[in-house]
Amino acid sequence: MDDWLPASGRTRGRTAAADRTAAGAAWMCAVIVTLAFGWIAADLLWHGLSRLTPGFLFEMPQLSGRAGGLASIIVSTLAILAICLAAAVPIGLGAAILLAEYSRSDRRLGRFVRRSLDVLAGVPSIVFGLFGNAFFCVYLGMGFSLLAGGLTLACMVLPLLIRSLEQGLREVPDDWRNAAAALGMSKAATLRSILLPAALPGLVVGLVLGMGRALAETAALLFTSGYVMRMPGSVMDSGRALSIHIFDLSMNVPGGTGNAYGAAVVLLLMLLTVNLLALAIARRWQLTQPGPL
Amino acid sequence: MISPQRVDATLLAALRISAGLAGVLLLIIIFFMAAESWAGLRDIGALRFVPDASWHPEQTAANGSFRITAMVAATLAATAGAVVLATPLAIGAALFLRFYAPPGLAGPFKRIVELLAGVPSVVYGFWGLVVLVPLLATLGGPGQSLLAGILILTLMILPTITLLAHAALVSVPPAYLQAAAALGMSRWTTIRSVALPAARGGLFTGIVLGTGRAAGETMAVLMVCGNIVQLPDSLLAPVRTLTANIALEMAYALGDHRAALFVSGLVLMLLVTGLVLAVARLDASSGRFRHG
Amino acid sequence: MTPPLLPMRHAPSALLANGSEQHAIELRNLCVCYHGKRAFRDISLAVPRGEITALIGPSGCGKSSLLQCLNRLTDMIPGCHVEGDVRVEGLNIMDPAQDLLTLRRHVGMLFQRPNPFPLSIRRNIELPLREHGVIRKPELRARIEQVLDDVGLWDEVRDRLDSPALALSGGQQQRLCLARALALAPRVLLMDEPCSALDPLASAKIEELIVRLRGQYTVLIVTHNLGQARRIADHTGFFWTEDGIGRLVEFAPTHTLFNQPQDPRTRAYIRGERG
Repeated sequence: MDDWLPASGRTRGRTAAADRTAAGAAWMCAVIVTLAFGWIAADLLWHGLSRLTPGFLFEMPQLSGRAGGLASIIVSTLAILAICLAAAVPIGLGAAILLAEYSRSDRRLGRFVRRSLDVLAGVPSIVFGLFGNAFFCVYLGMGFSLLAGGLTLACMVLPLLIRSLEQGLREVPDDWRNAAAALGMSKAATLRSILLPAALPGLVVGLVLGMGRALAETAALLFTSGYVMRMPGSVMDSGRALSIHIFDLSMNVPGGTGNAYGAAVVLLLMLLTVNLLALAIARRWQLTQPGPL
Repeated sequence: MISPQRVDATLLAALRISAGLAGVLLLIIIFFMAAESWAGLRDIGALRFVPDASWHPEQTAANGSFRITAMVAATLAATAGAVVLATPLAIGAALFLRFYAPPGLAGPFKRIVELLAGVPSVVYGFWGLVVLVPLLATLGGPGQSLLAGILILTLMILPTITLLAHAALVSVPPAYLQAAAALGMSRWTTIRSVALPAARGGLFTGIVLGTGRAAGETMAVLMVCGNIVQLPDSLLAPVRTLTANIALEMAYALGDHRAALFVSGLVLMLLVTGLVLAVARLDASSGRFRHG
Repeated sequence: MTPPLLPMRHAPSALLANGSEQHAIELRNLCVCYHGKRAFRDISLAVPRGEITALIGPSGCGKSSLLQCLNRLTDMIPGCHVEGDVRVEGLNIMDPAQDLLTLRRHVGMLFQRPNPFPLSIRRNIELPLREHGVIRKPELRARIEQVLDDVGLWDEVRDRLDSPALALSGGQQQRLCLARALALAPRVLLMDEPCSALDPLASAKIEELIVRLRGQYTVLIVTHNLGQARRIADHTGFFWTEDGIGRLVEFAPTHTLFNQPQDPRTRAYIRGERG
């Protein structure tokens, strides 16, 4: 496609002055954003990278986290993430299939689900935390536990997850659906052996995006999975997620800043890995997609 | 063997159940928020949230005082400040990305903005606490302040607004830009009079979603704002926002105190979802107008 | 009356040497490449001033690219490279120092699809006028009325100048675009199949307007409608593609080109189109 950009021609007088001022302002904004990014990245990497030793990852935290490593924190984080995905993926996939494949027969249900998800996507995470506390911890009696935290996160990532899973399914060309239908294949068989495999890379991208959102979250976990730093023994134990660890070290533990830097860099590297993974999959997928005819 | 028809019917039922669950989740959330708030609203009375002397919540309504105005004010001030700072910067950055960036620079710059958008709020809060707050302390005051909150929130919503504004600018039909070029209009006139008005809907959506994100943000403001319940009399004064208040007190709140926190959560949720819904409505109607 | 022009395949240099008095646009050895791939090659052409000149030929032979060279819209297409000599009113417009905004003010353009801005009817004309220094209110008002009247739109829109231009019909939109171009009082008007997106009635109206421009403006129009070229053009150029590269095969007074085409390809194309 042609990319039309306005000319940067020489002009006279007022117009020229305005044109130059605007260009300067736009460059200035870009420079400010870049500097802010550089500042944050440099500060975190400068103080944090030196802490990244194998010991930091595999040792238990000591002295409220001031010393030692992140072993139990990382285990709790991964457990919460696993619970979150185990709960969100089946429901999300089911809802996404319904939205993408049954949009004609289930129009009203689809519209209701879509609207409700749109609203849900904008709800502040602290509200999810309140809800999770009231529903999972108190009403369902789970107390402060990895399970309650994971399920709360599942509620939170559901809108994003469903939207990207649905997107993945919609990318599958209609020709294949028509071909399968013309062959008299059942919808279940079509989904299992044609649509889901074809959409798999897109689905994985959706999954990875959901993971990223869950990893980054803090506020929803504050009073659902709790603060306990011990190595969790079961999903009913309270456990401290990495993001909460950063918060606690920097706010409540004098002298915790050093390890907080380390934990922040670990968290960012986890997120970066997850995002690069999504990018790589998406790119790979575009290459294998049949182009428009 | 089970007939394919049976399998399909079972599948559809399962799909409907999961979709239904996803759809009903919002209602469940609203129900629980309302139920938890209800006790508080009944015992404390909705009206006491404003005229009470201060915020000294107790387990039973009669002993405590529940004025949330200072926290509402802090939330509004921090949000407004962040939006006012971030909007021009973000639109400038989006314009740079679309119209001014040399080809080799546009890609990396977009990358940077996307990375900024992906940084977790607790990391923004941490950076604010260890870097920004000490800097602000040299201006006087404790450093943890409304200003620190505004600056961190600005940083957080800047990438959101930039990316949405950029998407809106990219979707301006090339024909408009072509027509402007053929009429010999300068770059800035083209942007100001053609591109920005045509992208108005998307820009507005970006700003409102940024506002929602700022108002609902917890961790970053909790870490840099100082969390003292008071009406801010200067930018350097510490304040406590509604979200920070919930995060701070929820761990030990009981009875009516707990209910009061749910009330503030409910208020926050209604505020933010109201914004989101207004945008959706506006988007739909401006879309209708645009396409005749 | 302008003296009849020789077909272009006769020495172009001789033509330019004594022709610049009557020629608004002179091209010599113009080549355009997109990402290294040639769209057309070695086009030389002299467009007589104050007349209507049509360019015909199959799609994809570079006619539209040629128009875009003349106001240097080609500058904005990534990967597009133009070579050769282009003079508009004696001005070398390929000069890197040439001010593009001034050039485009003097060379107006009408596109295939009507492209009014998503603004009011008034703003659509006012905006470029202001841009080029017309800022006094009465003058703006007078100019807007005049150009809208010129394109026969004034009576249709005088009561709704401030309503959105996109609410107009396709034909009205295209006439608004013509009015917008005329408002800048250009020397040359480029038209890229201006009627192809319109219904026959609206198309006839535009055609009628173009004919009325004869004498005041130099009009260079690309069209796929041979009947249209025949009806309105004083001169016609025929383009053809060989190996994916466009060439100007024949350029002659319209009457001559249609009735005594010199080149067999021209003859075949004209006959084929007629059925």
